Amino acid sequence: MDQVKLIIDNREVSVPKGTTILKAASSIGIHIPTLCHFELEGMNIHNKPGGCRICVVDVQGRKNLAPACVTEVYEGMVVKTNSVRVYNSRRTVLELILSDHPFDCLVCAKSGSCELQDLSIRFGVRDVPFKGEMSQYQIETSTSIIRDNNKCIMCRRCETVCNDFQTVGALSAIERGFPAVVSTAFNQKMHHSPCTFCGQCVAVCPVGALVEMDSTPKVIRAIANEKKTVVVQVAPAVRVALGEEFGMKPGSIVTGKITAALKQLGFDYVFDTDWSADLTIMEEGTELIGRLTKYLNGDKTVKLPLLTSCCPAWVNFFEHQFPDMKEIPSTAKSPQQMFGAIAKTYFADKIGVKREDMVVVSVMPCLAKKYECDRDEFKTDGNPEVDYSITTRELAHLIKQANIDFNLLEDAEFDSPLGESTGAGVIFGTTGGVIEAACRTAYEIITKKPLPKIDFTELRGLEGVRSATIDVDGLPLNIGIAHGLSNARKLLEQIRRGESQFHAIEVMACPGGCIDGGGQPLHHGNADIIKARWEAIYEADRNMPIRKSHENPSVITLYKEFLGEPCGHKSHELLHTHYFDKQKVIEVKVD
Amino acid sequence: MSSIKIQISEKTRAKIEEIAKSFNNEPGELINVLHKTQEFLGYLPAEAQEVIAKEMNVSTAKVYGVVSFYSFFTMIPKGRYPVSICMGTACYVRGAERILDEFKHQLGLSVGETGADGLFSLASLRCVGACGLAPVVLVGEKVFGRLASDDVKGIVDEYKNASGTV
Repeated sequence: MDQVKLIIDNREVSVPKGTTILKAASSIGIHIPTLCHFELEGMNIHNKPGGCRICVVDVQGRKNLAPACVTEVYEGMVVKTNSVRVYNSRRTVLELILSDHPFDCLVCAKSGSCELQDLSIRFGVRDVPFKGEMSQYQIETSTSIIRDNNKCIMCRRCETVCNDFQTVGALSAIERGFPAVVSTAFNQKMHHSPCTFCGQCVAVCPVGALVEMDSTPKVIRAIANEKKTVVVQVAPAVRVALGEEFGMKPGSIVTGKITAALKQLGFDYVFDTDWSADLTIMEEGTELIGRLTKYLNGDKTVKLPLLTSCCPAWVNFFEHQFPDMKEIPSTAKSPQQMFGAIAKTYFADKIGVKREDMVVVSVMPCLAKKYECDRDEFKTDGNPEVDYSITTRELAHLIKQANIDFNLLEDAEFDSPLGESTGAGVIFGTTGGVIEAACRTAYEIITKKPLPKIDFTELRGLEGVRSATIDVDGLPLNIGIAHGLSNARKLLEQIRRGESQFHAIEVMACPGGCIDGGGQPLHHGNADIIKARWEAIYEADRNMPIRKSHENPSVITLYKEFLGEPCGHKSHELLHTHYFDKQKVIEVKVD
Repeated sequence: MSSIKIQISEKTRAKIEEIAKSFNNEPGELINVLHKTQEFLGYLPAEAQEVIAKEMNVSTAKVYGVVSFYSFFTMIPKGRYPVSICMGTACYVRGAERILDEFKHQLGLSVGETGADGLFSLASLRCVGACGLAPVVLVGEKVFGRLASDDVKGIVDEYKNASGTV
């Protein structure tokens, strides 16, 4: 590739042609401040409107300052990133942004991880000289997300992830000039928009304009209520990310410390969503084998490919955008809901607690899980299977509030029986993991032979769309995998056109899967953090003594004692669901 | 969990479909489709935007984004006699603001509003290319030039008389 030589702050640097000033400077340790710019390398998320002008630099021979994030370098370019003119312009830009931004940092959910606050500290801003009209917007709350447009700085990152990466189209820039802001169509509530509550807008918002709905006060009250038995489940992706909130390096596996912390917080039973992930494989895997067998026996009406249904944002997506295909996904509930359904029946009976006296809390890397547990079909007489879902970030706040030194915790074990799990359960936390877990089980059930190798490395990776053919003892099983809803859309459109060759497709809404869910510690665009979590998931899998869902002893016991057989009558009642058409219906009215 | 229903008349839906089709339902033609739809309906109600979004295969949020961005597009139906005051430079320096104030006073409307009786709506615009006649006011497609604020009442009354409301 052609190299270009240039000088930045009196230092010579050589970079490939087409590099931006921002990246060229960064390669020699000069970190130009940015605000609207956002990029998640390898995940196809780019927001480069060049709009905020925080990154302006002096380019010799150029009259105006140049935005470093979108200006490409050229041979012989001379750049100053710290001239007086640059200092003054940057500061003015920042002061102007701050002049229409609420000063409630002390009570803002993003405080401490806000990129605007960081810049203000970095520039040493002590006063905002511009006083004028302030935006006045209503704060909108939903089950998952709180939207405070008074804090929006119009970086448009949320709009980019919502439209380009997710192709959800809930958000758009609206209005112009001072009233310009990112909002929904007609400023309608998110529940009336096609929002899937994936929470990626929250994950990329540099300020507190988009934050999660905080459920921790309800959890604290439930724990304090002596009449309630409070049961908690922890999702796989949480254990490879929570450590970051306590200064650990990305990819640290903190399963034992989480268990210890949850026990110290006062939960009565600390269980694992990995356990119900194993249960999901029993149901979903059996469903897949059932559909495949019918298909191979000549029944061409059978719905194939089978689509996974663990990801609640994905479920919302096809309900809104592909309702004509709502019969194709697996009817298996997600691990979160399966856990709740079993905890409030089988386990509640076992310990002699009434359903209404049990509170099930989930710790999830996800914001859509909050929406999911609030869905009506997951309630029995108004009592939900999962009462409250909190994010990885919310759990970190709970631990800090409770004066627990997370780093010093001695590892503890999950309780029994809903805490026993396998390596197949833990890989649910990343893209390709659900389908790999399903393949491990389906292979052994179909062939009645042990797997020659447990690791299906051909299903792993971080490319947006992947495919592989698994050899099930002579039977080729075509697997598709997508993460990011724009990628899922491609596979769905293939199915709609009748061109899909896949037998099963796994979809996760977030980049890399749950490891970068909307509820995870913020990565501020550092894709290395996601890669570290991804590697940690597979390490956690390797560390497990049992690595196939159908060998999970407590799942086997559950079927013996309670459920009977996978996809049997009781399973259908408790562990399966159905989907809804949420597309807006345009009705013709009579004139 | 039922879906949200939007009601629209068959005539309107058919017309929007026809307009979208005439632009090959190309997302890049969104602005043209909005123009033609507004020409037909007089404004762009939310329901029409939903249909356009569906036809053009873009999100409703994007359609609304465009509609709310351009001052030409309106979600409020215009009056039978839409009054537009030119606030371009030439008209402005020749007293357009005083003319606007007088219209506001006579009609009891702010810019962007339509009267409850649907007779008048009030808007401001930038330069109609008749600077020689500044200050200029349009009522529908009729141009009134070289206006003074004293003329405003007469114009308003003329239209009221024409409509038979006085």
